[in-house]
Amino acid sequence: MDFITAQNLIFRYIDEDEQVNNENVKNVLDNVSFSVKKGEFVALLGHNGCGKSTVAKHLNAMLIPESGKLFVDSIDTADENEDFTIRRKVGLVLQNPDNQLVASIVEEDVAFGPENLGVEPQEIRRRVDDALKAVDMYDYRFQPPHKLSGGQKQRVAIAGIIAMEPSCIVLDEPTAMLDPKGREEVMSTIKKLNKERGITVVLITHYMDEAVEADRVIVMDDGKVLCSGTPKEVFSQVELLKRHRLDVPQVTELCYKLKACGVEIDSLSLHSDECIAQLTEVLL
Amino acid sequence: MSNIKVENLCCTYGIKTPFERHAVSDVSFEINKGDFVGLIGHTGSGKSTLVQMLNGLIKPTSGKVYIDGIDIWEKPKEIRKFRFKVGLVFQYPEYQLFEETVYKDIAFGPSNMGLSEEEIKERVLRAAKFVGLDYKLLNKSPFDLSGGEKRRAAIAGVIAMDPDVLILDEPTAGLDPVGRNVLLSQISQYQKAKNNTIILVSHSMEDVARVTKKVMVMNKGKLAMFGDTKSVFSKSEELSSMGLRVPQITKVIKALRDKGVNLPDDILTVDRAVAEITELLKKEGKL
Amino acid sequence: MRDIAFGQFYPAKSLLHRLDPRAKILLLIVFIVLVFCTANYYSLLLVILGVFSVVLFSKVPLRLYFNSLKMIIVIVLITSFLNLFYGTGEPVISWGFIKITLEGINNAIFVSVRILSLILISSALTFTTSPTDLTDALERLMKPLTVFKVKVHEIAMMMTIALRFVPLLLEETDKIMSAQKARGADMESGNLIQRIKALVPVLIPLFVSAFRRAYELAVAMECRCYQGGEGRTRMKSLHLHTRDYLSILVVIILIVGVVLCNVLLPQAVR
Repeated sequence: MDFITAQNLIFRYIDEDEQVNNENVKNVLDNVSFSVKKGEFVALLGHNGCGKSTVAKHLNAMLIPESGKLFVDSIDTADENEDFTIRRKVGLVLQNPDNQLVASIVEEDVAFGPENLGVEPQEIRRRVDDALKAVDMYDYRFQPPHKLSGGQKQRVAIAGIIAMEPSCIVLDEPTAMLDPKGREEVMSTIKKLNKERGITVVLITHYMDEAVEADRVIVMDDGKVLCSGTPKEVFSQVELLKRHRLDVPQVTELCYKLKACGVEIDSLSLHSDECIAQLTEVLL
Repeated sequence: MSNIKVENLCCTYGIKTPFERHAVSDVSFEINKGDFVGLIGHTGSGKSTLVQMLNGLIKPTSGKVYIDGIDIWEKPKEIRKFRFKVGLVFQYPEYQLFEETVYKDIAFGPSNMGLSEEEIKERVLRAAKFVGLDYKLLNKSPFDLSGGEKRRAAIAGVIAMDPDVLILDEPTAGLDPVGRNVLLSQISQYQKAKNNTIILVSHSMEDVARVTKKVMVMNKGKLAMFGDTKSVFSKSEELSSMGLRVPQITKVIKALRDKGVNLPDDILTVDRAVAEITELLKKEGKL
Repeated sequence: MRDIAFGQFYPAKSLLHRLDPRAKILLLIVFIVLVFCTANYYSLLLVILGVFSVVLFSKVPLRLYFNSLKMIIVIVLITSFLNLFYGTGEPVISWGFIKITLEGINNAIFVSVRILSLILISSALTFTTSPTDLTDALERLMKPLTVFKVKVHEIAMMMTIALRFVPLLLEETDKIMSAQKARGADMESGNLIQRIKALVPVLIPLFVSAFRRAYELAVAMECRCYQGGEGRTRMKSLHLHTRDYLSILVVIILIVGVVLCNVLLPQAVR
């Protein structure tokens, strides 16, 4: 069953003070439709300013579409009474880990969400410990966030969402400000949560190597959905992606260019291991 | 004479406290004029401290920094002179923009140098051109620019000082693939046009492999490797023992070589790999 | 810049660290009142004994206490020095028009001892209580004030956020200063006005960033279902333990001691 269904979303950022010019305001989302299944890991790919962060804020009812419908677990996000129900179901992790941690002790920050929901103290304790273990930050529970690395802070932010026990987490470029090590930590945490806990994941990113890890990739440009499919299907459209300010992993590009030169390659590899195996066959 | 020469440079934080930490220890190297050097190392390896010692923002605990043969701390009062000679662009430089207009912000460095109005104007325009910033944007408030434009404006603010050495700390962080590629090519073009020394600090091995001629590797405060980009990236085991990776393409080529495929060990870019592989196939009559 | 020890919490495992923060705050207030109720040297001595035992029980290095005294010592010296010359009565020492009376000496000693114990005892509180515990305890202690429409939860939330962001903003100030210095900004020389002007390139980016952070934090808090204090629960509930009751008992004994000394023993001339 579809957990999230977006139908023809249209959205503009309207400056309320300047109503006169509103007619000229560009659509940030221009007829966007897609769906996400329960337990699925979807990557939403696009260059900066293509509207992908706006989609993220729609998914937990922080923004409401100007027209079109968005259903989360069959609830219409436009229903104001359901805002908190939706935010409990869909947790949003933002880009800058520093600006989303509230408390100055890790475990107290993780407790912030459940505390807002009015969960019983003992149950909060259980959830906090569980969430911190899920992101491998249990040993750091008494640390202040500013003593942690970027990757660790981002994992604490994820734990803060997990403690609210959502069925889906949306991550808006969670690795953009991290170093390679931090990116790896966060990516493996996300994969683990998806595989082991069955949490639906929507990962918004412009890193191709991250999108490759997803079950399905949705590519956006200029407020529209450009294409979608398995990573293999999407990344084999090298020309299309390049035209829309996107890139493909180096190995995919290598296979693509070799194929163009007439080398016999059946399918474009996404991972280096796959590429190595394929090229060994050709070359040896 | 070398452009930058560093001798036994050390920097220790929190001396005589329980938090004493050697950020940089005993680093020596020389960089010639016109070199395009990549500086890599994982977070906390001492890269940032090192580059801030090169323009005198951090005073070394011991050791010497020579710029064009002059010890920069010989006359501590004149240290500012070296900040104009060695331009440093920090990570996320757009967060330092403060003036009313982009023009004024780019002009901040040159006016601190005490240049004449005409000279400042010329430099601002030239710097804006180098980073591909539309002149129309110069009269706008820097806070009204898009993320990528802000980044360019901030970099232009350092380039406008016309430094002999330009150091960029993660200039492409947070940009999307195309933004990254465009900025990198602009930096390369700038380097070619001015024949300046450039030090590019980056986590992206692909970026470093693409544009630099030499690479310095910092590990635990020490200079672990310094050599041609090709030779440094051919030592993938050593790099991964320091928590660094090699570009994906280099990794693939290395694996193929290990399996006995006759390819050179210095392939760093996709295009080069394509060329070498097709040539090999042609030689073997498979293509 | 980063050396400013914010909150000055010193993690250790002492009796004082384990006390309920609410009890600690209340006891601190009682103690401060007590310090000002000393009427003779006997009760003053009792208070000093109390202060020293607290300092020793806190298991915080004495060096830290000295550091916090260092900042205030000049003020203590000046006030006690001025106190020396006030006071009427028989001069003990007279030198020209300068007269020092017994009253003056007593005043000087009382004032300095009082200020010093005040500093030591409140440092003991901040050294042994984490800033979060402190805000938490304050929120709970101020709870009754909600009757008077005081926004207790909001105030506590603001304190929590301030505690979280102060180290971040200090670090950021450092970074922006370095970045502007790299563009040749001169912040070390010039007269006062020039120096204040030189701060503009630091302050503007700092404000912009603080507002950006505030906005993003607000979004993040909303994403985590924050809707003010109503209906909110807390993970940690505070309970008074035997040690808390015992320490309250000790302070009560101290109060009784001070009162007895004040009443039964002769007052100091003041």
